This record gives sequence, structure tokens and C-alpha cells, in this order.
Amino acid sequence: MSEVVDQGRRRLLIAATSLTGAVGVGFAATPFLASWKPSARAKALGAPIEIDIGKLEPGAMLKIEWRGKPVWVVRRTAEMLKQLDNAKPFLLDPASDGSVQPDYAKNDARARKPEFFVVLGVCTHLGCSPLPKFEAADVTVSSDWPGGFYCPCHGSKFDLSGRVFKGVPAPSNLAVPPYTFLTDSRILVGSDSAQSA
Amino acid sequence: MGTESDVKAQGAGLWGWITERFPIDEMLREHVTEYWTPKNFNFWYIFGVISGFVLVLQLATGMFLTMSYKPSAAEAFGSVEYIMRDVEWGWLIRYLHSTGASAFFIVVYLHMFRALLYGSYRAPRELVWIFGMVIYLALMAEAFMGYLLPWGNMSYWGAQVIVSLFGTFPIIGNALVEWIRGDYYISDITLNRFFALHVAVIPIVLVFLALAHILALHKVGSLNPDGVEIWDETNERGIPKDGIAFHPYFTVKDLFYISCFMLLFCGIVFFAPTLNGLFLEPPNFEPANAMNTPPHISPVWYFTPFYAMLRAVPSFAGTQVWGVLVMFAAIALLFFLPWIDRSPVKSIRYKGPITKVALGVFVVTFVVLGVCGMKPAVGIYPLLAKIFTVLYFVFFLLMPWYSRIDSVKPVPKRVTYHAH
Repeated sequence: MSEVVDQGRRRLLIAATSLTGAVGVGFAATPFLASWKPSARAKALGAPIEIDIGKLEPGAMLKIEWRGKPVWVVRRTAEMLKQLDNAKPFLLDPASDGSVQPDYAKNDARARKPEFFVVLGVCTHLGCSPLPKFEAADVTVSSDWPGGFYCPCHGSKFDLSGRVFKGVPAPSNLAVPPYTFLTDSRILVGSDSAQSA
Repeated sequence: MGTESDVKAQGAGLWGWITERFPIDEMLREHVTEYWTPKNFNFWYIFGVISGFVLVLQLATGMFLTMSYKPSAAEAFGSVEYIMRDVEWGWLIRYLHSTGASAFFIVVYLHMFRALLYGSYRAPRELVWIFGMVIYLALMAEAFMGYLLPWGNMSYWGAQVIVSLFGTFPIIGNALVEWIRGDYYISDITLNRFFALHVAVIPIVLVFLALAHILALHKVGSLNPDGVEIWDETNERGIPKDGIAFHPYFTVKDLFYISCFMLLFCGIVFFAPTLNGLFLEPPNFEPANAMNTPPHISPVWYFTPFYAMLRAVPSFAGTQVWGVLVMFAAIALLFFLPWIDRSPVKSIRYKGPITKVALGVFVVTFVVLGVCGMKPAVGIYPLLAKIFTVLYFVFFLLMPWYSRIDSVKPVPKRVTYHAH
């Protein structure tokens, strides 16, 4: 038997053992890392929910909780819908190109039916919940305020379609969740169609 | 290796029996009774020991809090009230822990400022600094997760804002945030998880990091306010001429300063535990409410300088990620301090006017950013935050240049010391 150490063979074996070990560590880590993902119970609780909007007055807002976030339904008056055009020149993303919404809500009203505005009440800056400031020229916002939503955390402003104004910290419009009308007075939030619910 | 003569050398009795089997005597000599410490340490050198003391205080009080606290969304807020009202001395243990969190950051910031003053991070002490920086990161994670546990409304919304930061990263953002929360929002699941991280995972990491920090320091030896290496001048026994034993000289001094610290600390615990909303924020005295954001969200004071930088950067190209990157960069820059300080001298005592002004401006910058981060983003504050964010980066990014060209005074061969 030779006393000379075969360095090449030793390096190869060390590399092969290390590599196999690393793959093993990767496999062994997977269940632990995956255990942090939303559990089956969390997913079940996050399923779509039905909202009754039959009793919502014109100009009023309904707040419900879905996946721990406020979902707002605003029944907009004709006057409020007219304000959407007035706000347009001051908006960052008036066509909602860089914002999150289903295709059927990618319009000026950001809604399936312009009268009913369904939106996640979560500021796209850092997740605070903006306040409804529907009155035009509300002095708690500014004298030229066209009406919309105002985030108290960092001062982001949104119009009555949740579209963000220029020069505020929020980078995009309020997100519209997937929803569908089950009947004229009932909507399903969290799903694009009644079937997939 | 227990030969008979070794046993004799180590002494007889129980102590001899132990030291033959466990090197407690060697460890004490190396790290305590014969750890040669520069004799010219000044006031700024107490904060390392006090940080270690506060770490022990937090571990001890934290262990007792876990015995009465319930980490669930339904019970957490109530269990903290239970600790405050019904558990004997519960209020004391909890206020020691909550005040301890702020105290930890105060002493750590002063400890880090000491390093800036005297160049404690300079070669060969780079790893001492890096271990220290990792401790600082772990401490921020520990404090952030601990703040969620009372499940107050500021706990909830603070966590909401900070966790959302990870959602700004392109493509992976949403999945990453869901993975951190384990849910579609900050929920019971998130609380339970943060509790485990806060009481088990990060404390263990912190303790090991603190040991690594001290071992690295003891390998290279402590620097001192003159920035002179005491090991360059040793006596006939091979001991630094300017070094004195850590015990009893510094243990006695440190005990005195720990007493002073405790006097101030207990004053806050007993008379102003919320420190007027600075240590415990008012909205946290109402339970977490996912549907109701507090009118003004700000993190606890020790995060506010970085929070101000986050808010100072406007969104660009449809994403808010830039502010997050700036905030992380502000912390990451600190890691490079040993390499961007190119001054031929270590201590501020022998550095020139440019460095002194820069350090002064930096201190003002850090404080102003801290104030901006506490205030709502209206009026003068957004502008101040922008200006001082730039200054913060200028301090570090220009350091390789101004530290090299600045004038220096001659450094003495031995430390300057006047006996009292």
C-alpha cells in the first residue's frame, strides 16, 4: 500500500460528500420552511364571503372584514361619480395601469357596476386603513379636496374610485378584490364568479 | 491529562477535582483575572458591560413573563392585563422588561458611539465590530417581535407596517409576506410564531453572538481612548505595561456604574414606565383591531431614525421598494465601517477637524432623524427627513475620502493616564 495521499481523490470525495450533504440539508429544511406557509385552517378561513348590500343607502359605505382586511362597499351617488372626472388631472395612475384590480374593474369607476364600489380599505403604501372623506373641500384634508379617501398614517390621498393622487407616498391605487354579483343585492367577495366559490 | 503532578499543581479538594475535569480556572484567568485591560478606560467604556447586564435582565424577566402570558390573539391582551393587575409583582416584572427593551437600545447606541469615537472597529478588531452589528440586527428583530406580543393596537399596526416592507420586493414580495405571517393578515398564527421567535430562537442566537463578540474581543484585546495598542509595550513578564487585570480593577468600576445605571433605570420603572408614550405608546393600551388604524403610526423610538429614512424616499416607477432599500442600506453601511475609515489614527483625540465636525453632524443627523420618525409626515418633518437622510449617507460614503485627507496629531507610544 502506498503512503502517498491521493489529493485528487480526496478532493473529489470531499466535494461529493459535501454536495450530497448540502442537498440533504435542503430536503430536510423544506418541511420546516414550508410549515410557515398559511395552514389549511388559515386557507379555509380566507375563503370568499357573501355580503348583503340591499340596505346600503346612496352615499353610504359598508365595512366588512375579509382575510383580516377591511373591504369597503360604497354606494356612489351620481354626484360622486361626476367627481371622478374632476379628480383625473391630479391622479398618478388614472387608468389603473400600475394597480391591482380584476380586468372588469379596470375602468374609471373601478367597478363592475359604477354605482357600487368594492375595494380593499388598505393603503398601498404600508397597509394602514385610509379614512372616508367623501365631502368635497373637507377642511381636514384640504380646501381643494375633491372627495375620496385619506390615509392618516403617511398622508396618502385617493379619489372616490380609490385612485391615488400625485405626490403622496402610496405608489398605486387601492386594490380591488375579485368579486361578483350573486343577485342585485348580494355580492361575493374573493371570487370572480359564483361557480368557483 | 491528569498526571499526579498536575493534580497537585491544581490543588486538592473539590476545586482541584473540578479543575482537573473542567477548565474553569483557565477560563477565569484568560477572561477575567488575567485579561489585561487598558488602564486609561474612561466613562464611555462602561456600556459594553451594561449591555451584557441588560441582556441578563431581559432574559430573566422574560422567562418569568412567559409563565403568565398567553400567545394567542384571543388571550394575549388580556393576559398582559392579568400580569399587570393580578399576578403578584407582575407589574414590576413586566415594566422591568418593557423598560429594559428601551434601556438596551440606549446603552447599545452609546456603546456603538464609543466605537465611532475611538475607532474600536479598526483592524484587527473588524470581527468584534461585525459580531456587534449582527447582535444589533438580532436585537432589532427581537424588539420588533416582542412589541407584537401585548397585542395592542400599535403592536398590531406596527407589525402590519414593518411586515409590509417585505411585500415591496418585486415578484416574491407577496409570497414572502404570506410566508412571514403564515396568514393573509397579521393574525393569531403570526402572534404565535413571533412569540416562539421572541422567547426561544432569537434569545439563543443573541447569547451565542454575545459570547462570540467577547471571545473576538479577548483574542485581539481591548482598545482604549488613545487608540494605542497596549500590547506594543510589554514588561519583562510579557504583560502590557499599560494593562491592568479586568478583575478586580474593572469589575469593581463596572459594579459601581451598574449601580448608577440601575438607579436611573428603576427611577423610570417606578415613576414613568411609559416615559410619556416614548417607551410604551398610548394606542397600545387598547386591544389590536384590524379594522381601525391608530391615527398616527410610529414605531418605538429606537427604530425611528430608520423609519424616517424609509418615509423620506418617495415611491418611484410604481413601487415603494426604494425607501425600503435605503433603510436597509443605512444599516448595511455600518458593517463596512472598519474598511471605510482610512484615517492613519484610530482615536478621535488625534484626528483632525473634518472628522470631528463630521462626527458631530452625524450625531445631530441621527437625533433629528429619530425625531422625524416619531412625528407625523406633515409640515417641516418630511423635508427635514429628506435632508438628514442625505447627510446620514454622506457621512459614511465620503468617509474614505475625508478620513484620509484630514490632518492628524502625533499619537503617543503609550496611553495617556493621570493617576487620581
